[in-house]
Amino acid sequence: MSALAISPTRLARGRHDPAFRALATQLIVLAMLAGTVAFLAMNLAGNLEARSIRTGFGFLWQAAGFEIGQSLIAYGPSASFGRALLVGLLNTLVVASLGIVLSTLAGFVVGIASLSRNPLVSPLARLYVELIRNTPLLLQLYLWYAVLTQMLPAASAAPQLLPGVYLAKSGLHFPVLQHGAWLIPAAGLAGLIAWAGHGVWARRRAAQTGAPAKLWPGLLLLLLPLVAVALERAVSASFDMPHLTRFGFSGGGMITPELTALLIGLSLYNAAFVGEILRGGILSVGRGQLEAAAALGLSRGQTLRLVVIPQAMKVAVPPLASQYLNLAKNTSLAIAIGYPDLMSIGNTIINQTGQAVEVIAILMSLYLTLSLAISTFMNWYNARVALQGAS
Amino acid sequence: MIGAALSLRARLFGSIGNTLLTVAMLALFASYLPVLLRWAVFDATWWSASPAACRAAGGACWAFVHEKFRLVLFGRYPFEEQWRPLIALLLTIVLVLAGCSLRFGWRSVVAGALAGLLAVIVLMRGGVLGLSLVPTDLWGGLPLTVFLAVGGIIGAFPIAVALALGRRSELGVIRGISVVYIEMVRGVPLVSVLFMASFMIPLFLPGKLQVDVLLRALIAITLFSAAYLAEAIRGGLQAVPDGQEQAAKSLGLGYWQTSLLIVVPQALRLAIPAIANLFIGLFKDTSLVGIVGLTDLLLATKQALGDPQWRSFSLEAYLFVALLYVAFCSFISLYSRMLEKRTRQHRSS
Repeated sequence: MSALAISPTRLARGRHDPAFRALATQLIVLAMLAGTVAFLAMNLAGNLEARSIRTGFGFLWQAAGFEIGQSLIAYGPSASFGRALLVGLLNTLVVASLGIVLSTLAGFVVGIASLSRNPLVSPLARLYVELIRNTPLLLQLYLWYAVLTQMLPAASAAPQLLPGVYLAKSGLHFPVLQHGAWLIPAAGLAGLIAWAGHGVWARRRAAQTGAPAKLWPGLLLLLLPLVAVALERAVSASFDMPHLTRFGFSGGGMITPELTALLIGLSLYNAAFVGEILRGGILSVGRGQLEAAAALGLSRGQTLRLVVIPQAMKVAVPPLASQYLNLAKNTSLAIAIGYPDLMSIGNTIINQTGQAVEVIAILMSLYLTLSLAISTFMNWYNARVALQGAS
Repeated sequence: MIGAALSLRARLFGSIGNTLLTVAMLALFASYLPVLLRWAVFDATWWSASPAACRAAGGACWAFVHEKFRLVLFGRYPFEEQWRPLIALLLTIVLVLAGCSLRFGWRSVVAGALAGLLAVIVLMRGGVLGLSLVPTDLWGGLPLTVFLAVGGIIGAFPIAVALALGRRSELGVIRGISVVYIEMVRGVPLVSVLFMASFMIPLFLPGKLQVDVLLRALIAITLFSAAYLAEAIRGGLQAVPDGQEQAAKSLGLGYWQTSLLIVVPQALRLAIPAIANLFIGLFKDTSLVGIVGLTDLLLATKQALGDPQWRSFSLEAYLFVALLYVAFCSFISLYSRMLEKRTRQHRSS
């Protein structure tokens, strides 16, 4: 920082010296900032004392004393405030990760549909995008929540979406495996590892022989273990099916209407944005690229996979990253429909302890960390996509 | 004519996949369009009717809108006085359109904005000129939504210009402060900023100074949108050719003169599309003030649905409000496109 090093000859030139002026400006700004912070801190200390609000993070270890509707880890009213916050954080992460996956899938459909040449499909997709993007997310969440909790028929007449899957006022009911359910994600993971391993091998082989790598062996390796184990479990193990009693459904697994409404609302809202981003990415690939691919004799599928998508992704990944960030931040709207996310549990804790400063500091740093994690991951992915294109 | 028909035929039935898609879409329309039309139009109750009559008709109950639109549009503002928010709303919209039209110099824009602000406050709050006093906690509905969005973006402008210039500054301390502010605000949700404002502003101010809830929400929205606006303006700043700054410096203009008279005005024009998008987002995001208890358009709708007799017509209520939001947002994006076209003509002529 050259501005900070002042030589005696420069000092002699006094207040007209640019380096001196730069230093003085920065010092004045710093002093003003420090003064403001000190003023606010003094007011804060006075106000907290006047209202006899305690300070410090000691409350995190005290018993919370309230119930939480949904929790991934063991939690009861006697658990601590800190644990309640952890429950909220996990609930937020559940919504954010499921929301990112679902909105990407739905966004692909929207993006492809709006590029379709079929005159029945593309206007419908355009209409969807315009309507969704021009209404507040909160309004859509209220709408879905009202549909799910008021307009569905009673449990006895609940619509059956798939065999054993019911959408009722009490939530989404579905069958769960009684034992050995962990085998399915394990098989999925094994498939993923096999797929990645095959990918590395196939790329190396393609580089050696010059023959293009085939797509289907990798896909087979990815899906086969999952399908096999799922079928084996479905046949041999028994399911815990939701069944109707006089008081509604019992047994099976259940997703609360709050979470269902939040997931539907968030995914459909963000799908419109993701669809537009993907559409823009695909449209950014020049016509010449398609013509060159056709001239080389590539099939439509190969053109899409080898020419269009890699180039479209380069354009689409940065805006996609900021859309995922938006989604993660928008999970905080859960508070409006009563899903116990980080924000809503934080709000409850503020109301119980009065320690707004500490709780809001914790909430904001957690959201900042989440945002930072997503943008780091997307930057890494972006660098990978960009590098592949450049080489 | 025949050519068009042939190309339409090719686009509908060009390949096997496309034909299947067309047939599937037609089947979808055939099975759901009649149901939808019957609900929304033919079996619907249009004008004033009782909830029981609505249920008997079986379709949509637009009578809800007929019954409750004053509550939805103006919230809990005293019924006989609702002409005041209406005039204030129209005045705000006219002034914003006039200010954005780029036909007036900045002095008249600032003067108009200040006069408009004063007029809106006098009209809404009353207590002078024979108008009865209406405290801010009774303000609500569409005027509140528009005031928050417009006030938020106007208040954010000076902060955002300072932050955008600060982020490009050569002075490390100033650049650091700008970057930290912008990135921190963009990393947290608006709800958390609203909570911070509503819980913490009273704690951070001297004991006797009280800021009411509406002003707290406005401060939160202003501080929040300033970070996003700063990034939009920075995009504009980067697009202004370097020659402009060099030419200004060679004419002997200092930093502030160069920035505020030469670079920033051009950057703002270049940033019009980004700013318009931001404003649409902000207009929708004002609905979050309902979470901290302000009766904006959306919360007013929810409160109108609180009437037990009409509770079961939430779908109709939300669709009506959605239509209002769509109308406003489409208008903003249309207007910004027009503005963009005009500035482009400006530059080329």
